[in-house]
Amino acid sequence: MFKWVSFAFCLLPLLSAAQTSKFQNIGRTATPQEIKAWDIDVRPDFRGLPMGQGSVKQGEVVWEAQCASCHGSFGESAEVFTPIAGGVTADDMKTGRVKSLLPGSNQPQRTTLMKLPTLSTLWDYINRAMPWNAPKSLSTDEVYAAVAYTLHLNNILPAEFILSDRNIREVQSRLPNRGGMTTVHNLWPGNELGGIAKPDVQGSNCMTDCGQQVQVVSSLPDYARNAHGNLADQSRSIGPSRGAETVLKDVKTTQNSQNTPSNTPVAQSIQARAAPESIATVSLSSIQPVLDKNACMACHGMATRLVGPSFKDIAARYKTTDGAINLLSGKIKNGGQGAWGAIPMPAQALSATESAQIAQWLMSGMPP
Amino acid sequence: MNLPAHSKGLGQPVAARPYGLPSEFEKNLQRRESPGLTRVGAASVSFSPLQSLFGIITPSGLHFERHHQGWWDIDPSKHRLMINGSESSLLKRPMVFDMDDIMRLPSVSRMCFIECGANTAMEWNNTAVPTVQYTHGMLSCSEFTGVPLITLLEMCGADVKRGKFVLAEGADGSGMTRTIPMSLVQSGEVLVAYGQNGEMLRPENGYPLRLVVPGIQGVSWVKYLRRIEVGDMPYGAKDETLHYVDLLPDGTHRQYSGIQEVKSVITSPSGGQVVLQKGFHSITGMAWSGRGKVKKVDVSIDGGRNWKTSRLQDPVLSKCLTRFSADFVWDGQPIILQSRAIDETGHIQPTVQALRAVRGGRSIYHNNAIQSWLLGENGEVKNVQVG
Repeated sequence: MFKWVSFAFCLLPLLSAAQTSKFQNIGRTATPQEIKAWDIDVRPDFRGLPMGQGSVKQGEVVWEAQCASCHGSFGESAEVFTPIAGGVTADDMKTGRVKSLLPGSNQPQRTTLMKLPTLSTLWDYINRAMPWNAPKSLSTDEVYAAVAYTLHLNNILPAEFILSDRNIREVQSRLPNRGGMTTVHNLWPGNELGGIAKPDVQGSNCMTDCGQQVQVVSSLPDYARNAHGNLADQSRSIGPSRGAETVLKDVKTTQNSQNTPSNTPVAQSIQARAAPESIATVSLSSIQPVLDKNACMACHGMATRLVGPSFKDIAARYKTTDGAINLLSGKIKNGGQGAWGAIPMPAQALSATESAQIAQWLMSGMPP
Repeated sequence: MNLPAHSKGLGQPVAARPYGLPSEFEKNLQRRESPGLTRVGAASVSFSPLQSLFGIITPSGLHFERHHQGWWDIDPSKHRLMINGSESSLLKRPMVFDMDDIMRLPSVSRMCFIECGANTAMEWNNTAVPTVQYTHGMLSCSEFTGVPLITLLEMCGADVKRGKFVLAEGADGSGMTRTIPMSLVQSGEVLVAYGQNGEMLRPENGYPLRLVVPGIQGVSWVKYLRRIEVGDMPYGAKDETLHYVDLLPDGTHRQYSGIQEVKSVITSPSGGQVVLQKGFHSITGMAWSGRGKVKKVDVSIDGGRNWKTSRLQDPVLSKCLTRFSADFVWDGQPIILQSRAIDETGHIQPTVQALRAVRGGRSIYHNNAIQSWLLGENGEVKNVQVG
């Protein structure tokens, strides 16, 4: 029989909540096996760290196979992500503070090892999210090895070191930036971490004759006008304003563009190029599952060269080639070398239909 | 009289487009990437076109995106949420919920903004990008529907006194993890959400389940939420240790910096637009604060020398976008437009110089500076910084 849950019932003390929740028959108890499989996090006190070990030498093998294509052989690469290694010294390891984080340092970019205060973070992250296109595929010992090799890149660990659950706490005490974090601020919503009572920066409530004479101290240079594409195409074409025409380099034209219609000849010709009528249009949303399944994006960026050329560059190069769809479809399936540099593309285990669809998507102008 | 075709013919039938789409003439409004900001699309950002949006709600298809390892469309019938303790004494009964379970529970809906901690990050030292889409577009606002996390924790018998921290973990490849304070969960604000603007979450925004943490930077709103753990210390996750940490001039990093502080921006007129006419204009934009309601927004047309208080459009909600507007007659002379928000705690939006004086120019995150737009004689609006 339908029955309202009584109000008094919900006021029962939390103590017995699990047994007496008014939300009867919702959810179920997690089994110990499920918890073991899902609860993979490793905390800064290393709670959750599984037993295991890995050497720097083993780590080098893992690194070359799984990590180097993005991060570089020495963790130095800024090609895809921010660099892993660099910017730390033996002195930093002693003090627990990284000197190159100070203003005026000539370190070009902050690296992972310059920032890392807790070794658990590195272990946990590699374990849960690396490698990039196949996360959670490393064995526990491979994760130890990859962590060991990462630390070796900046001589935090020597070449013969074997990192394990038994010595990881000692290794934690070598981290260059272990003393470099602070929670003395007002940006954490609670008092669990100390912090300060008031915001560190407060604005002014002055209403009239405030401050000094106003001067423009920074603006975008004219050559950067088109760096984000034609702004005329990025704003609504009715209303109190229009997007500025930034494709036309002539500033005078822009100044007179008060009646700029959105369909300029330039915009029309871009559209015309994007979708030649002879090719069936395949959209990114329909091709994305194929790209994902085959990890195409691990090597090809939309507009940026990664290991291989960007999709945009490929589409541009073959735009006017006769039979481009068949040609590209074959190249995708069989791999190749030389057309875009020395790094070979391996043959791919996808169907002829899928490779043809990718080629069609490229040649139909890569519509979203 | 020359009547247009739509006045003289038969229009399209119902359900010609079973899921409606914007007009063909609105194609300029799209989420866009900032060229050169990132190298791979699966670990990137797309910005919401704030310059052309009205009111406070972001259309779900224009909600900004931030993915750390690509997005997925997850089968909701197979999705599970586990809640456990870092040790058994912190949580009496670890539980597993499927979507049926979560959607059977009493739901709450609330409107709130979500802003990436790195919104406006490119502008710490100089102007870097041309339009409000790129300066402020990692900002969106939706009505979210879900179950308060505290309800689920109570069902599991969590020790909310000793378990001062909660870990939220995503089911995608990045396995995104973030630490949330239990005090915020206890307030009831933190939601395990499945709804967004009346429909389910979009896949790009975490379908079928995400955490909603009002007032806190977007990275804490873990998408594809698969696990909640109650613990007695913060977790030092990658994105609260190596990223989303704020470098200070003394070489230390602020860790666990979550709140998005009081901020506002004028969206019309704004950078990259050309104002068509002299005469009357309505200056309008959005204000928000991660600490509560917006109390007041002041607007200046002389680069911050003199200010006038703007009108706030109802509703004015806590940790939600608030639309403001101010009337203005443009005489064709160059002017510098600014807005300055004040929240109910009395916190006032600062200048970028005031921020730099305390935090330096390298902290990346939490730039809530006053934005300046220069409206030139030719009607073109440019992103500038004033001093």
